[in-house]
Amino acid sequence: MEWEIVIGLEIHAQLATRSKIFSGASTAYGAAPNTQACAVDLGLPGVLPVLNREAVRMAVKFGLAIDAQITPRSVFARKNYFYPDLPKGYQISQFELPVVGVGQLEIQVEGEAPRVIGVTRAHLEEDAGKSLHEDFHGSTGIDLNRAGTPLLEIVSEPDLRSAREAVAYMKKIHSLVQYLEICDGNMQEGSFRCDANVSVRPAGETALGTRSEIKNLNSFRFVERAINIEVERQIDLIEGGGKVVQETRLYDSDKDETRSMRSKEEAFDYRYFPDPDLLPLEIDEAYIEAVRQSLPELPDARKGRFITELGLGEYEAGVLTASRELADYFEEAVNVAGDDARRTANWVMGDLLGALNRAGKEITESPVSAELLGGMLRRINDNTISGKIAKQVFECMWNGEGDADTIIEQKGLKQVTDSGAIEKIIDEIIASNPAQVEQYRAGKDKLFGFFVGQVMKATQGKANPAQVNELLKRKLAG
Amino acid sequence: MHTKTIAQLSAALRSGEISSVELTTLFLARIKQHNPALNCYISITEAQALEAAAAADQRLKGGDATPLTGIPIAHKDIFCTEGVKTTCGSKMLDNFIAPYESTCTAKFAAAGAVMLGKTNMDEFAMGSSNETSYYGAVKNPWDQGRVPGGSSGGSVAAVAARLAPAATGTDTGGSIRQPAALCGLTGLKPTYGRVSRYGMIAFASSLDQAGPVTYSAEDAALLMNVMAGFDERDSTSVEREVPDYTAELTNSIEGLKIGLPKEYFDDGLDENIARVIERAIKAYEALGAVVKEISLPNTALAVPTYYVVAPAECSTNLSRFDGVRFGHRCDDPKDLFDLYTRSRGEGFGAEVKRRIMIGTYVLSAGYYDAYYLKAQKIRRLISEDFRAAFETVDVIMGPTAPSTAFKLGEKADDPVTMYLSDIYTIAVNMAGLPAASIPAGFVDGLPVGLQVIGNYFDESRLLNVAHQYQQATDWHLQVPAEFQ
Repeated sequence: MEWEIVIGLEIHAQLATRSKIFSGASTAYGAAPNTQACAVDLGLPGVLPVLNREAVRMAVKFGLAIDAQITPRSVFARKNYFYPDLPKGYQISQFELPVVGVGQLEIQVEGEAPRVIGVTRAHLEEDAGKSLHEDFHGSTGIDLNRAGTPLLEIVSEPDLRSAREAVAYMKKIHSLVQYLEICDGNMQEGSFRCDANVSVRPAGETALGTRSEIKNLNSFRFVERAINIEVERQIDLIEGGGKVVQETRLYDSDKDETRSMRSKEEAFDYRYFPDPDLLPLEIDEAYIEAVRQSLPELPDARKGRFITELGLGEYEAGVLTASRELADYFEEAVNVAGDDARRTANWVMGDLLGALNRAGKEITESPVSAELLGGMLRRINDNTISGKIAKQVFECMWNGEGDADTIIEQKGLKQVTDSGAIEKIIDEIIASNPAQVEQYRAGKDKLFGFFVGQVMKATQGKANPAQVNELLKRKLAG
Repeated sequence: MHTKTIAQLSAALRSGEISSVELTTLFLARIKQHNPALNCYISITEAQALEAAAAADQRLKGGDATPLTGIPIAHKDIFCTEGVKTTCGSKMLDNFIAPYESTCTAKFAAAGAVMLGKTNMDEFAMGSSNETSYYGAVKNPWDQGRVPGGSSGGSVAAVAARLAPAATGTDTGGSIRQPAALCGLTGLKPTYGRVSRYGMIAFASSLDQAGPVTYSAEDAALLMNVMAGFDERDSTSVEREVPDYTAELTNSIEGLKIGLPKEYFDDGLDENIARVIERAIKAYEALGAVVKEISLPNTALAVPTYYVVAPAECSTNLSRFDGVRFGHRCDDPKDLFDLYTRSRGEGFGAEVKRRIMIGTYVLSAGYYDAYYLKAQKIRRLISEDFRAAFETVDVIMGPTAPSTAFKLGEKADDPVTMYLSDIYTIAVNMAGLPAASIPAGFVDGLPVGLQVIGNYFDESRLLNVAHQYQQATDWHLQVPAEFQ
């Protein structure tokens, strides 16, 4: 039987506010345990939450970026359950009325047609603390630094049809929240993570199959692996005559398997109800308009502009706009280089990303700044150096030897464009290789490359290739 | 000196007739003498009080004193006070030294008031008799075989016995007004949002409101001048100018339109109390007020609705008492579940557990719509009754409580009868309105309170209406024989 895979993602993006969503404590990562938890975060008797306006602004930015409805009057609700790292015994979240309503975005898996994926909602909530089981010998340590950190939970429609689509969707949101500067996107630190709802159904069937929810996936690779493994498990189960039960599962990346955490029967009754400590969140049109004006150029628009204005191909434009930092780098390099954006694109995607990849560095940590790279490309464009020599210059810049002009000057890499000098070298080469000259003149055209090579060797690659070609042709013609 | 009002004490402090240290010492001595019998204080903060009094005396000399500078005051043990045990009347918090100060008590400290101690209360403010306190029942100074009312029973009994010139209380369903009525004092529950709830341990967040317990309306105005105001740490506090609550006290009430809800004077009301209230209304007519019968048709729904909304909120407000970070923790928990169930089982008393269970039930999947949601709808109907009434009258009057102080233990085993003690006060919290209880006479030697309900943020008028009555009567100046 042929199966259709149905996936919906719940992405948790930690909002990049300086202070927590309901208190003034810092959200900085990595502090000593419980040093960034104030009375409100500790849930002391008598404390009250006060909403961080910046978190709201960030949620609205996201909503506008996915063309969603912004709820004029949304409500914070208490989600009640007991856990040691949940200080109040409830999490403040949004339930019936989330701040961001229905929206959508377009994704594209390489080699497939673009698809529009629905976003059901996005709501604001506070994160819980952390339970630390190691180092406590039979006890559990509680670190409440993370408690109260603002999260935007972004819930997709069950529109995704493969693990690859799920990854493409997650990457798209990951890029978007960074473009919007509302989340640092750091997946290792847990700033961006997701739960995947996965089910299968016979192809052509319209009713949804029973789903399982895989919790807390914090890398693109894990999302893809976990979904594929879960899909396989469900199909095997059904084809073997069994039934999928609705449950929460955990993905174990060491064993590469998912396993049951709790079933629907064991699911908590969270007893959601409006939090009486917080007034409904009211957002008017003027506010929405002001936020809209503050939006940066979004990835799709930028990609379009790279294609139409800079003449890049669809693929190059897609790669270069996948992250805001990379796109910013590229644009700056283009501006400095002055012309030929495609050449800049090739250098960024080829030599630069290759070197960064080998060094395990992010674009923001590149030893060669956009200004340096652009400066070098300007020297290719104005024929000061050839593309080949540029590789050498790039390596020097990577090693911190200064900008392109300094390196070209110090190492004498300037292209030889004096035709008299080039002619003199050609004359010498023709004189010392009579046999080859004879063969060439007899019709063995392939030998042209040999002569070019000889000239380049003699000039240490500095001769202008176009000039060399032209002069050689003339001289060899006799 | 101990029977003087704050207005009088403030004048005595300014004139140098007495110092704050002397006054504080006098009240501390009275507390030592009478508290063992009455049990109105859980903590007596003698050392801090004398220190604060000495500082107040300096300030009085320095000339930047406020009307409250040097005035001793008692705080209900529901307000967090930094470095001082804050129990909320519960075993759960018997070991809890608050690491921060509530906004309300901080404002009193800033005004120079001297905290004498923390007063007894029903556990987590859940009760109408002060009998649910872990620290034992409080006795009514008018008859020590009777309850003082609750939940602010300790604050009210302390002021009634002149163990403090004034106190703070909190009112979720009548917890200031009902005990004020049963002990012959003036008690005011302000409009919801008028006084910050920050640092006030929550019972039912959408209903809780702090207010003053005093001899007179004038004193209540002086306390309100300190307590009221927006607090950025309480999102439900209202950003609105605070008037000088003493400014309108002496205004004439000629032409005041008083509404008498027929539902408050039906068969359920003790006829002796009815006579006291009717006499008070007559006094108002003599002062030029005009009386009109009105109807609040949803009155009967207030108590049942309250006992859905308040437990729902308390059930989750009290989840933080889990034995993990503060408060009572059971000995040797064998696992997490055991830690939770035994810590909470041992730390909470029966009434608190009852309400947590009711609240958990009404919020559960499948019951939410039938109980919580429906209660919220009825709550709107109750508010609408008042809104309509205030289109034709300025204030609403009636009895504060259906009976005078009852005997200790009389209703302790009958929660529903106990809940009905608040039948006239609860609707006011549901609507978020301000209301006062003022002494209006006695039945068999026990005080009776007149409730005056005002429109939103109309505290100045309520205090004016109460003050005018107190200028014409002396019920509020009566002191139980033993404490004169």
